This record gives sequence, C-alpha cells and structure tokens, in this order.
Amino acid sequence: MFNAFLQVVSKELKGAFRRRSDILNPIWFFVIVVMLFPLAIGTEPALLKRIAPGIIWVAALLAALLSFERLFKDDFIDGSLEQLMISPYPLAWIVSAKVFAHWLLTGLPILLVSPLLGIFLSLNMDTYYALLLTLLIGTPILSLLGAIGVALTVGLRKGGILLSLIMLPLSIPILIFSTMAIEAAAYGQSYLGLLALLGAMLVASVTFAPFAIAASLRVSVS
Amino acid sequence: MAFNSIADFFSMGGYGFYVWLSYCVSFLSLIILIINTINRKNKIIKMLNKRIARQQRIKNAPSREGIL
Amino acid sequence: MWKCLHPYAKPEKSYQLAGKLLPWFIIFSAITFIVGTVWGLLFAPADYQQGDSFRIIYIHVPAAMMAMAAYSSMAMAAFVALVWQIRLAEITVIATAPVGAVFTFIALFTGAAWGKPMWGAWWVWDARLTSELILLFIYLGIIALYNAFSDKVLAGRAASILTLVGVINLPIIHYSVVWWNTLHQGATISKFEKPSMAIEMLWPLIIMIIAFAAFLGTLMLMRFRNEILARESHRPWVLRLIETDDAQRLQKDK
Repeated sequence: MFNAFLQVVSKELKGAFRRRSDILNPIWFFVIVVMLFPLAIGTEPALLKRIAPGIIWVAALLAALLSFERLFKDDFIDGSLEQLMISPYPLAWIVSAKVFAHWLLTGLPILLVSPLLGIFLSLNMDTYYALLLTLLIGTPILSLLGAIGVALTVGLRKGGILLSLIMLPLSIPILIFSTMAIEAAAYGQSYLGLLALLGAMLVASVTFAPFAIAASLRVSVS
Repeated sequence: MAFNSIADFFSMGGYGFYVWLSYCVSFLSLIILIINTINRKNKIIKMLNKRIARQQRIKNAPSREGIL
Repeated sequence: MWKCLHPYAKPEKSYQLAGKLLPWFIIFSAITFIVGTVWGLLFAPADYQQGDSFRIIYIHVPAAMMAMAAYSSMAMAAFVALVWQIRLAEITVIATAPVGAVFTFIALFTGAAWGKPMWGAWWVWDARLTSELILLFIYLGIIALYNAFSDKVLAGRAASILTLVGVINLPIIHYSVVWWNTLHQGATISKFEKPSMAIEMLWPLIIMIIAFAAFLGTLMLMRFRNEILARESHRPWVLRLIETDDAQRLQKDK
C-alpha cells in the first residue's frame, strides 16, 4: 500500500518535470506579486516590515490557486482519474499521494524562494524563521483545501474562477494565524502557540481532507 | 407607546434614516426572496403544463395518420 | 421507532406533507412578523445609551441568528444526504442556501446601518460583522457551485460536500476572526453585547427571532416543493398532480 503511494508520487513528479513551466510559473508569479507591493506603496523599510507577512501570505495563496487546476485536470481529461478510482487501493489514499506530490511541486518551491523575499522586504532573521515555519505548516493545508475545491470543480467547464470563490473564504484562518505568528515574531514575542494551532489544523486537514477529496472526485467523475 | 407624535416616530430620535433604511432594505430583500420563489414555482408549473399538453397531442396524433 | 418517517423518503409524500404544513407556516410567520415589528418599532422603550437606533436590533440579531441556524440545518441535511444517500436531504440543502444567504445579507446590511451612527463608519472590521461577511461568501460559493452543474443530482451532492467542509471550517473562521480582531483593534465596545436587556425590550426581540425562524421554515418548504417538482418532473405523479390542479382551477373559474 505504501508502495502505491510512492508510485503515484513519483509518477506525478516525473510528469511535472517533463513540463517544467508548470512548476516554475506559479513561483515566478509569487515573486512578481510580492515585488509589486514595494513598487506600489513605497520602499520605506519600516512600512515594508509592517506589511510583509500579509503580502507574502496573500501572494502565496494566489500562487497556490494558480497551480491547483493542474492537480486533477489532466487526469480528468485523459481518463486516468477513472482508472485510479477502480484501482484496488482506497481512493482517499491515492488522492493524498497526489496532493503530497502537488505540495512538493508548489509548496516547497515557495519555501525555497522565500529567502529572496525576506531580503526584498527587509525582514530580520527571527521574522524570517517565523515566515519559513508558517509557510512550512500552512502550505500543505492550502494544498489539501484546494484539492477539495479542485475535485468539486474539475468536471465543470468554467471551474477556475469558481474554485477561487469556494476556496479563498475557507483559507482565511490559515492566513490569519500565519500572519499573526509572523507579526508576533517581528515584535520579538513568542509565536509557538500560533504555530501549534496551525499544526493542529494541518493534522485535522490531513486526516479529513482526503475523504472529502475522494467523495468530491466521485461526484465529478460520475 | 414610546413616541409622542407621528413626526417623532418617523425621526426616531434623530436616527430615523438608519432605522428606516435598515427596515426597508431588510423587508425588501425578504419580499424579493418570496417573489423569486413564487416565480420559480410558476415557471416549473408552466413547464410541466407544456409537457402535459405535448403528451396529449402525442396521444391524439394517430388520428392524423390517415391524412398523410 | 423511525418507521413512521419512512414514507417521507418518498418525494410524493414529502411534497404533500410540505404542502399541508405550508399555510400554517405562512400564517404564523406573518402574524409574528407584524406583531414583532410593530412592538419593536412603536412600543419598546428607547435605549438609554443608543436612543432609538437600537431598534435595528430587532432585525439584525434575528437575521444573524437565523443565518447561522439555516447553515446548521443545511449541514445536518448534507450529512444525512451523504451518509444515507437520501436525495430529499440534498434538496433541503439547496432549498435552504438562498434563504440563509439573504438572512446573512440582511444581518450585514443592518449591522452597517447600525454601525454608522454608533461608530461613525459604515463598516468597521468588527469580529461579528467580519465572520458574517465570510459566511455570506461561503453561502454564495455553495449556490454558485450548485448552479454550475447542469446535472442537478450531481450538483446537490457537490453542494452537500461543500456545505460539510464549510461547517467544519466555520467555527475555526469565527474564532480566528475574533482573535485577529482583539489583536488589531484593542478594546472596542461591542454594540452587540447586550448585558441585560430590559424585559420590555426583550419581548419584541424574542418574537422577531420566532418570526425569522418561521419565515425560514416557510421559504424552506416553498423552495423544497419547487425543487421536488423540478427534479421529479418526469414522474407520473407530478404530471397527475398538475393535471388535477388545473382541473380544480378550471372548476373554480366556472
């Protein structure tokens, strides 16, 4: 069973490396959006430090949205989604593998480019660590939530905008807790409690989301 | 009665605009919701009536076969 | 014990039951609405702090409460729909969503109109108002998802799943917003906290809450009947029903 998980992940990764622009474009978008803010509101370091957590998180959310379409769309079109459904393994398990691969391809690169943003927005070291930790815990939740939305809308012709309408309100708690943690770090306060809350949300969504995704896929494919 | 005169009642102690705006918009949206529900019902019934009429026509159709 | 409920899993029986209940709901909600509004606007004494502007409470609070109540009933119906595969429960979910959305809109609008004289601004990022706004977006998302599917059976199931995801998320959203609010605004006086309302102010509020609940029930029944008719439009019982209705109407006209 664990083998199946790894197989799905490696198949996803191989497929993605064949079309590298699919991985690079959301990251590129993320960096550009973050870059727009200093240009639009001014480059005063104190101001930037104040709004940096919000900017980075909103940009991460938008970049994640851009990448979601890919999660099930191709499989839906070429019919391999139906094959996954009749495979001997539980659909929720296979789906978690796909979401994990998706996170490796979109969440992880965001983490990797975040030092650059830390420099852009003149974050100090403590704040940057907080940013890194919230991204590490928060982006998997985003991937799981987004996967539910994609699974619901994949069969629709104009699912893209609907996906963001459904998903953005649901991701508000992650946004709030993450930016609060980063802000606390910027003021030199402890943010462990907030991280623990984010962690609890991660555990809850890892546990429940795969079943919701599987149920939604059954609706979309039938 | 909490008010002494009709003018008093309409001015709501200076807050008339906000109070009446809230009440008007609220009841208006409830009424729009009711109208929308009734409209939908009428539309469905009209659609069903059309279907019944079509079935009737299909039932009566064989009599025309001789003409053709 | 549950046997007496079994016949109502049939759409025809539920349709008839809803039809029988509907007139009572209409009468009850009309009476409570009139009594509550007149009492609240005319007879309740003015608040010693907020003056007559507090009369907005008689629609704001009931609308906000019933918006939440509508969502919880949707969530329960969605749970039933997904676990026991009962299609009437899906129909209930989708019959309730627009009513809940309108109630949320009313709560938001009256909150803003109340905030203007009290806080001096139409919109303040108050925790309650913010979570109401998010609730409105979730309602609209469910309705939009339902409308996006052309197959209404699938649409009902998708809407049910989204409703359940939303209900898990709503408490988290609420508490995160409350926490965020206390952090960002310091201590603002919340106008919604009603420490101890005088009894003559409380009565109209209770009546208005009942009125909104009855209105919710009325509209749910009406939309529930609509959805059944639309979905079952190919079944013989629906066509028979319409035919007898038409015949009765013709007789009345004569």
